[in-house]
Amino acid sequence: MTNTVLDLTDVWLTLQGNAGPVDILKGITLSVAKGETLGLVGPSGSGKSSLLMLMGGLERATRGRVSALGHDMTALNEDGLARFRRGRMGVVFQSFHLIPTMTALENVAVPLELQGAADAFERARDELHAVGLATRADHYPAQLSGGEQQRVALARAAAPRPALLLADEPTGNLDSANGAAIMDLLFALRDRHGATLVMVTHAPDLAARCDRVIRLADGRIMDEGQP
Amino acid sequence: MTLSLAWGFARRELRGGLKGFGVFLACLSLGVAAIAAVGMVRSAIERGLTDQGAVILGGDAQVEFTYRFASDPEKAWMASKALAVSEIVDFRSMAVVGDSRVLAQVKAVDGAYPLVGEVQIDSGISLSEALAPKDLPGAVMEKILADQLGLVVGERFTMGVQQFRLNGLLTREPDGTSGGFALAPRVIVLKEGLANSGLLVAGTLFDSAYRLILPEGADLAALEAEAEAKFREQGLGWTDKRRAAPGAERFVERIGAFLVLVGLAGLAVGGVGVASAVRAYLEGKVSTIATLRTLGAESSLIFRVYLLQIAVLTSLALVLGLVLGAALPVALGPWIEAQLPFPADVGFYPRPVVEALFYGVTSAFLFALWPLAKAAEVRAAALYRGGLGTGWPSGWYLAIIAALAAVLIGGAVALSGMAWLALSVAGGVLGALVALALAARGLMALARRLGRSSLVRGRVALRLALAAIGGPRSETMQVVLALGLGLSVLAAVGQIDANLRAAIARDLPARAPSFFFVDIQPDQIDAFRQMMTDDPAVSKLDTAPMLRGLITLINGKDAREVAGNHWVVSGDRGLTYADAMPAGTKITAGTWWPEGYAGLPQISFAAAEAAEMGLKLGDKITMNILGRDIEGQITSFREVDFSSGGMGFILSMNAAAVQGAPHSFIATVYAQEEAEAGILRQTSKAFPNVTAIGMKAAIGRVTETLTAIAQAVTIAALVTLVTGFVVLVGAAAAGERQRRYEAAVLKVIGASRARILLSFALRAALTGAAAGLVAIATGAVSGWAVMRFVMEAEYAFEPGSAALIIFGGIFATLISGLVFMIRPLGLRPAQVLRSAE
Repeated sequence: MTNTVLDLTDVWLTLQGNAGPVDILKGITLSVAKGETLGLVGPSGSGKSSLLMLMGGLERATRGRVSALGHDMTALNEDGLARFRRGRMGVVFQSFHLIPTMTALENVAVPLELQGAADAFERARDELHAVGLATRADHYPAQLSGGEQQRVALARAAAPRPALLLADEPTGNLDSANGAAIMDLLFALRDRHGATLVMVTHAPDLAARCDRVIRLADGRIMDEGQP
Repeated sequence: MTLSLAWGFARRELRGGLKGFGVFLACLSLGVAAIAAVGMVRSAIERGLTDQGAVILGGDAQVEFTYRFASDPEKAWMASKALAVSEIVDFRSMAVVGDSRVLAQVKAVDGAYPLVGEVQIDSGISLSEALAPKDLPGAVMEKILADQLGLVVGERFTMGVQQFRLNGLLTREPDGTSGGFALAPRVIVLKEGLANSGLLVAGTLFDSAYRLILPEGADLAALEAEAEAKFREQGLGWTDKRRAAPGAERFVERIGAFLVLVGLAGLAVGGVGVASAVRAYLEGKVSTIATLRTLGAESSLIFRVYLLQIAVLTSLALVLGLVLGAALPVALGPWIEAQLPFPADVGFYPRPVVEALFYGVTSAFLFALWPLAKAAEVRAAALYRGGLGTGWPSGWYLAIIAALAAVLIGGAVALSGMAWLALSVAGGVLGALVALALAARGLMALARRLGRSSLVRGRVALRLALAAIGGPRSETMQVVLALGLGLSVLAAVGQIDANLRAAIARDLPARAPSFFFVDIQPDQIDAFRQMMTDDPAVSKLDTAPMLRGLITLINGKDAREVAGNHWVVSGDRGLTYADAMPAGTKITAGTWWPEGYAGLPQISFAAAEAAEMGLKLGDKITMNILGRDIEGQITSFREVDFSSGGMGFILSMNAAAVQGAPHSFIATVYAQEEAEAGILRQTSKAFPNVTAIGMKAAIGRVTETLTAIAQAVTIAALVTLVTGFVVLVGAAAAGERQRRYEAAVLKVIGASRARILLSFALRAALTGAAAGLVAIATGAVSGWAVMRFVMEAEYAFEPGSAALIIFGGIFATLISGLVFMIRPLGLRPAQVLRSAE
């Protein structure tokens, strides 16, 4: 068993725009070790979120190889990628992306249900308790504040005990107090489950809490190193 | 496991209520309700015809003869089988009061009539009382005939050379439906009263019918077989209460099936609404779907989650539609029964409900499947970019869509029993949808191009309208498809109706004779010819001897086995004889017999019908004429035009073959319109037994029937349009948020409310006009196809109904759009822009 959780080799991402093809990522090569916390930073449009999406199999590389947890993701189709993510990866977004028609509890239970867990709701309740939202379990996303919604999203990402946590500017839509609380929770979850964490952020203080930081610009890695 | 998980997710989503599904529910339930309601009324009539079989027929069974009464052996056979027999004679004659001469359908009855049911007379007296001879034989007639004659109850009128006294007005004739289409209103007299009328003489065109009351439990099928075996070759016709009014039944079956097919076109319009509503709903769910994908949901699970939701909504719409479709005819039962010329037993019938259910389920899934497939193919990356996408779904979804379409069309073919028509309607709807989709794309491309051209520079309202039509998130496709399809159905009905009316009311009289004269006796024909020739107003006169006979055998085999259900062998046909070939005859094959020919009987047959029946020169035909079999050989085929309203005989024989049989002559007289009344007066005075059938009156009756059919079809087509309007309103409502935003931005940059409103209105009008234009094209093509291939008549584009369609299209989009334009205009920009952030 190798110690590498993510391995990207000469990865390109090209999207079709109205004015023609646009290269979003240009030959990215990097690897992430098990238990590592990696920060992705860079200006808007530099390709940070796209790189995170490639790591999670939410987007498919136009060229190059993306391997996660020992599996070559470029060989999988959309359904294969969805199955692969189950229980292995948790994703947290800047805009939360909770399912509006489901309560907080149901949102957290979804990945467990998809795994076929018989005790999905019990475990979901525990996760909500862990993020301090046990009393809001039956509330719908629209009835929760931004900070609370992001805590539900964190609980949902952590519920299946994933080996890899991906977070895309998880505090971007929150005020500083809520943002700090969310980050504490995220790092606590990582510690609790021993997961690898890759996080896109604009905030220098968050980047400072990572083991390693990669700076992107114009779809390329400009530099990497200790925060 | 996956299904229960899918159901769990679907249930959670449905908890949010049915917001956004109003159009879905309305479209589907309206279409299903229309189909169910039409089916219910059809079933009610079918049940009415079956239950009232004996009453409609006037007995348990009826034995019919053309041109003659039953022979003694036939009478004896009937008497041996029946508990009671009633004899009836039916023919046309002229009813005369002073100078008024009106064509009447005479029913001469015996004392036993009616064996079943009751004749109703307005004054409440019984039929036997009304017909009883006092100073004169009594009679009852329909009010319309009395009015035309200017006759009141108690006064006298003449038929032939016999006077009758009108003793009552006929309000209900129990056996009125079974006789089929009547050219004239009814008179009932006693048969004895006609003894001295000069009307029922040898050669007169009349039908005799014997109604039988049979013992309880009599085997009708066995009796029919026995009667046919014994007497069919003598021209006996059998009908019984199992199918008392086959003509009416066939008519109801056909018109009912046709209306269901029009209803299906409505369901197709609703389908556009269903597809739009499902797509709009799923567009709003892209983020949820992508999130589920992120969490590990496979596309099959996503498909099931939303398929189950659509299934729940479809069930709801079907329940609503079926309840409405079944309840409406029941609620309007008495009114419907009063409107119909047939007995109807309005109630609940399961078959039309099942039929509507089938159509509803298949069309709902057919139209919902495309957006559902696109939803299943949503990628996790859609959280960042993209939505449902505009491309085609993957292969196997397309295969299911094609299979569902095949099931729907196959079902329509099987359930309507009119394969050709069902396939044509399906082809028409598909063709119209493709044409409309192309037109919508064309309009969008044109709008984009025009919007950027220098032509519209400075015309802000127009440029905004063009940008909205051609731009992203445009409602053009949806509006053009739904409204266009609704208008196409209406345009097709309009074109066909207008063309049929034109063909009957304008074109036919120009070629048709003024009068048909029937029952001219051989000793009257020369005097009749002389009278017409002497009249300068008469431009043309055709006369021909006429007999009636039944083709029983073709080359020694049962004619119905050889020619199937061809109308020529389905009953009595008129035939003629001639020695020399009549002027104007066009022989297409073979040769006419030599003048004075008196050898084995020879036959000249109508070429087109012979081809349909598979006849060839040399074939032997056996005709039963007045109970006597005559066999002849086909020696020529000739062209016969039945469409001109002139004289046309399927079969002509050499004179020597049938000259001796009792027969009469018929004549067609072509005259100037103003001379018609004079000719009628003159002929009925000189030949009181001769019946004149005025073409104008006949055309009037045909037009009345046509109007009733056209009205029924128009109502069915209106349901299509209403569904189209619902889709339109749905599209306008869905676009309100976008319009609100546009209006706010335009106000910020200085556009007045009037200018914004003008732009919105222009957008609606242009889209509506495009839908109307395509509808006219598809309506014209459908109209042409129906006139050319079904009616075999000329087609001419009818601009009047077409203009109405375009106007209707613009009006409908303007009205539906305006409702949702006013509110965005009234909102303050800050309010809108803040909520959009």
